[in-house]
Amino acid sequence: MSQSQPVWWASESLWRKVAIWVTGGSLVALIFLTFDTMAYIKAGGINVPAYSIINKRVGYEFNEEHNRYEPVIGPDEPLFGKMLSEEEAKELVSKGKLNVQAKNCMGCHTLMGNGSYYAPDLTKSWLDPAWGSKEIREDQMVAFIMDPSDKLHNGLGRKMPRLGITEEEARATVAFLKWMSAINTMGFPHNFKAIDQSDPEPSASATVVETVDVMDTGGAADNAPAQQ
Amino acid sequence: MATLGVFDTANLNGGQKLAIKYFSVALALFGAQVLFGMFAAFQYIAPDFLYEVLDFSVNRTVHVNALVVWLLYGFLGGVYWILEDEAGVPVVGLGLANLIFWILTLAVVIVVLVYILVQVGPADIKSIWLIMEGREYIEAPRWADIGIVVSVLVFFFNVAATFSKGKYTGIGGVLVLDLLALFGLYLAGMFYTPNVSVDQFWWWWVIHMWVEATWEVIVGCIMAYMLIQTLGVRRKIVETWLYIEVAMLFGSGILGLGHHYFWIGTPQYWLAIGGFFSALEPVPLVAMVVHAVFDSGVHKLKSNNHPALAWTIAQAAGNLFGAGVWGFMHTLPQINLYTHGTQWTTSHGHLAFYGAYATAVIAFFYLAAQKSRGNVWMSGGLVGDWKWKWALAFQWIGMLAMVMALLIAGYEQSQVERAMEGATWMGYFAGQSHPWFIQGMNWRMVGGWFFSLGYVLLVWDILTIGKRETRPSQVLAPAAH
Repeated sequence: MSQSQPVWWASESLWRKVAIWVTGGSLVALIFLTFDTMAYIKAGGINVPAYSIINKRVGYEFNEEHNRYEPVIGPDEPLFGKMLSEEEAKELVSKGKLNVQAKNCMGCHTLMGNGSYYAPDLTKSWLDPAWGSKEIREDQMVAFIMDPSDKLHNGLGRKMPRLGITEEEARATVAFLKWMSAINTMGFPHNFKAIDQSDPEPSASATVVETVDVMDTGGAADNAPAQQ
Repeated sequence: MATLGVFDTANLNGGQKLAIKYFSVALALFGAQVLFGMFAAFQYIAPDFLYEVLDFSVNRTVHVNALVVWLLYGFLGGVYWILEDEAGVPVVGLGLANLIFWILTLAVVIVVLVYILVQVGPADIKSIWLIMEGREYIEAPRWADIGIVVSVLVFFFNVAATFSKGKYTGIGGVLVLDLLALFGLYLAGMFYTPNVSVDQFWWWWVIHMWVEATWEVIVGCIMAYMLIQTLGVRRKIVETWLYIEVAMLFGSGILGLGHHYFWIGTPQYWLAIGGFFSALEPVPLVAMVVHAVFDSGVHKLKSNNHPALAWTIAQAAGNLFGAGVWGFMHTLPQINLYTHGTQWTTSHGHLAFYGAYATAVIAFFYLAAQKSRGNVWMSGGLVGDWKWKWALAFQWIGMLAMVMALLIAGYEQSQVERAMEGATWMGYFAGQSHPWFIQGMNWRMVGGWFFSLGYVLLVWDILTIGKRETRPSQVLAPAAH
């Protein structure tokens, strides 16, 4: 190659302009998408339920139409037997979230697949069949979180440590986990076999609300966990 | 000029003296990263090891935080190293920069001690402020966040003011804009919300936009300087490439953020956007390899600093394979549904952080070692050159062993835990107890020992390289292209 001026497509000034325009354009697109996404992920948004969802039964079932697993909201099933207002529910879930952060749960577990891989994913832990049955689940979870060291839920010699979690903190953590399980995570985790939550009475129903696929509608709506 | 082969800061300009301090802490934190990584890796094999003393969560947190901080220290050092050469004037506000170095380092020490000694706090916002944020990679408590922001503002002032007073080179211009973005993005992670989806949405703004965008550009800048220094590549070539890389890195990386928005409650369009743009992310990394290899070839590998050049080429290759190939392998949502949050990610994380970033900082360690010893000879036939070669070899053998072992474990985990069992508690342990998984963890440990040995050799080499040399550095002839 010679020392002469390069051809136009290899010139410094062209690529400087390309770098600026590509970066600027991408940022504008990202900011637009961020505003749009907030409508989906705010509590009570299209994909993320209000905190008071913990008053309801939360399931996770395969949706034939969307060809993926989705949260299904059922009849009233208040956590620890107590119906909460939206504010009370938010306060409880928030305390649970603070506990999850202050105890560094992500140091071993994943939440929605993000975190560490030394212990199971917690996204749908509220629905895990390992808690036995839905009647004993809440107590099992609280007891486990408070002192996990001697419980059967550990495996391979890996024991969750005792983190000095109080009963109040443990109950709040369960509330957080129940709320998180109602987030529509686009089918993650796939093929999750949820705990049996059916009632003895055949009348109780769990419904998936009609949802619209965003890919067909140009972004107008998405799949919301149904609330009835 | 001081005696050849003897460490003397009189050989360095002001920015470079400060860079040496940053590099020293970086090298020590690299050691902490390796040590705590070994603890965590061993706990997969012997879970009772340090149970309720230094639990896996503690070791893993120190492991990844030490990583982030030592790389940042390496970048800060790298930028201070090149600053006066690039701008042509002494660093503006160097006294303040030195003060900030000590404050930042004290803060890092306190944060790590709290991780190790206090570990957890009550479910209260005070814990987030004082002990731990519990958010992977940016676990540092809020008080430390504020300290980091103040420190980086001073750093940004140093860099911008120095270039403004002297001259803005192409590298300088890109660097200043990139640093502005890098530090602005950190603010996106500094808030509390009970909403885990909103939390992770902004958390990824920090993590992704650092690791897959702004860090790549910083490395592009300092490695551009590295090629000018070690090979004598013409500035115009290097800077044109830098613009091309920036266009491609930001063009793919900014919307490539979408590959973290598949499964956190975010809308479905992110599957398409994230899949498409993150599939493009390897393209600039290919360009960087072409650039480094082409320049090395043009200059017939005639370099004044062989170890730095070797690590530069290792960086180009490591970046391409670790970030590019390993990232691409599981970035499409159809695959990521099964691999997200498995050892597959760990395999990618190890090769990407090491290949793209650790190698770049190590290359700078060698640049610093050379100049601080009076610009001593570090080309062919360097006395005691077996050390840098074996340090490089052991680290790469160890790293590749870890990466392949983790990848095999990841494949198995994706298949058994995810595809077959659906990620339940029992499914998780079915995956973890599979012989292929257990073998993966054992081989990872073996790789870890090799890597540790490579680390020890590296430290020994950095502290001694060029000591017994009496020849001055090779003079590079200007390139013919």
